[in-house]
Amino acid sequence: MDAEFLAQFALNALSLGSLYALMALGMAIVFGVLRLVNLAYGELLMVAGYTLFVLNDSPLPWLFVAGAAVLAASLASVLTERVAFRPVRVNSLNAMLITSFAVSTLLQNAALLLVSPRTRAVNVPGLLTQSLEIAGLRVSVANLITIGVSLSLLFGLNLLLRRTTLGLALRAAADDFPMTRMLGVRADRVIAAAFAISGVLAGVVGLFWIARVGSVVPTIGAGPLLIALIATVIGGMGGLAGAIAGGYVLGALTVGMQLLLPPGLIDYRDAFTFGIVILVLLVRPQGLIPGRQSARVG
Amino acid sequence: MASVRASITRHRALPVLLVLVVVIAVTTSVFGDRLLDRIVTVMFIDLILVLGFQVFSGNSGLLSFAQIGFMGIGAYTSAILTMTVEAKGFAIPDLYPFLVPIQIPFIAAVFVGAVVATLVAAAISFPIMRLSDAASVISTFALLVILHVVLAHWSALTNGPRVVFGLLPYTDLPTATLWAIVFVAAAWAFKHSSLGLKLRASRDSEFAAATIGLNVVRLRWTAFIVSAFICAFAGGLWAHFITSFSPQAFYLTRTFLILTMLIVGGPRTVSGAIAGTIIVTVAFETLRTAESTINLERLVPFQLVGLTEVILAIGLIVVLAVRPGGLIEEREILSGPGGPRAEPVEPPGLEPAGEAR
Repeated sequence: MDAEFLAQFALNALSLGSLYALMALGMAIVFGVLRLVNLAYGELLMVAGYTLFVLNDSPLPWLFVAGAAVLAASLASVLTERVAFRPVRVNSLNAMLITSFAVSTLLQNAALLLVSPRTRAVNVPGLLTQSLEIAGLRVSVANLITIGVSLSLLFGLNLLLRRTTLGLALRAAADDFPMTRMLGVRADRVIAAAFAISGVLAGVVGLFWIARVGSVVPTIGAGPLLIALIATVIGGMGGLAGAIAGGYVLGALTVGMQLLLPPGLIDYRDAFTFGIVILVLLVRPQGLIPGRQSARVG
Repeated sequence: MASVRASITRHRALPVLLVLVVVIAVTTSVFGDRLLDRIVTVMFIDLILVLGFQVFSGNSGLLSFAQIGFMGIGAYTSAILTMTVEAKGFAIPDLYPFLVPIQIPFIAAVFVGAVVATLVAAAISFPIMRLSDAASVISTFALLVILHVVLAHWSALTNGPRVVFGLLPYTDLPTATLWAIVFVAAAWAFKHSSLGLKLRASRDSEFAAATIGLNVVRLRWTAFIVSAFICAFAGGLWAHFITSFSPQAFYLTRTFLILTMLIVGGPRTVSGAIAGTIIVTVAFETLRTAESTINLERLVPFQLVGLTEVILAIGLIVVLAVRPGGLIEEREILSGPGGPRAEPVEPPGLEPAGEAR
């Protein structure tokens, strides 16, 4: 293995890892306040994708369209919380989980109903499909932008969480929600904010995810959902730092498996990664970076 | 005497439920409508699946997504065992040579399929049973994905993601009815057995159950493999009803449908499983018919796809919000007033249920 190969690997892993970290973070921020594994998370990416599709022919510059897509994902996220999760919140954890499963089915089939079951092409700016030559390495512009945007989002989110009252409330809620409420923090607001942030992250990830494929289908959310699940489990479901770490580890694992697995086994890659999930849950259920709060039961 | 009477009271719903299944079957065959016959047959197979879910989730209180994967194992195993040599040559060209000449009778094949799934479940599920809450759900979800990926890529057994066809339609209404009756009785017996009682105790309070010496992990594990057996059996029946299928049939869409039936009826009761299956089947078929009528008559300018699922999903969310325990929540129908029920007690130091959320 030469240095060039390693640099290429590092760059790919960093780019994919950043994307995965954002996905996982969007999942973890809701899990933090609600203890909900949101199975409808992938459909938020789908919402972003279809917004891009609807605005395909608009004269607006692409950045505006992208902004609208992110906004739509965030709105959808808040809306699902308001309409579906809030009424069942007081019930059991399982009720909420099944609700998220129902919301996922609902959104997917709404896309089938309102758009089409067929693949829809989405305009992607030419910049994202080009690649550059840097010091003898072929580097795709999309990878660089992914890394740049993800890192600045992570940085911005860090500021939000550390420097604002809302951030304080979110972190406190992730730590110990009953106590946070007793101190006068409005639960509804914190939860809605968490869903809004989760939607923004899903929307941004959706932009990059869909730019890679160049099209959108109703089932596009399944892959990202699985990735977010795996990453949060590997990293630790107790905190947000864990989700980010999990995202990068999973990114590196995926790129690594793509390179190292024999061709016959590449098809089973998902089975391997999920095998790792179960293994992590068994050996180190608290994940790489355990949160401060212990799991509810067990 | 009192205990005998209590026992009779406790179990008097079972014959009623069994008679209900028979009445539905007989009425259907009297009508003699082919479509109705098919709908009811599928409904009874779905009922077996719902009962499979109920045995584990209802009694242990843990949600599992994995069961439809075991249904897939049952379907593929039984299909390979009943198909003729020529049919296998066409449908599964890459099949392991030693499996090609094997051909056994239908019900035997369904049994073998269920046993294979049970062994798989027994081998891989034990560690997962240690987990609770989110971790447990994520790992059963992971298990479903793993089973699906394996089914969709193991060309030498399943013909990969492609459709397997050429099975003979052995499953008809009487077969489905017979096995529905068997598994209603089995789920009932399981729930009221000593094992079921212990498991339900661990559902209400995991720690209290462990304190009185119950091996909670082992109890859950037993229920999980019983559940896998039932679902795989249903898979074998289903495969020989539908006669051609692909791995996609054993994934999230069906999981959603079966979970909807379970939740709407009430996961904790066998009567609930039956009620949920009937209600959701009726709703599903009505909506499907409406959808196809709208499409055929061109009442709207575009093709409607997915309306049925949208409405079912909304219905499920409403049920979860209004009646999270399902229609028949805690007590089986006709079981009369029961003794006092223990309130679930949260151990100190953990957040009280329902408080934070």
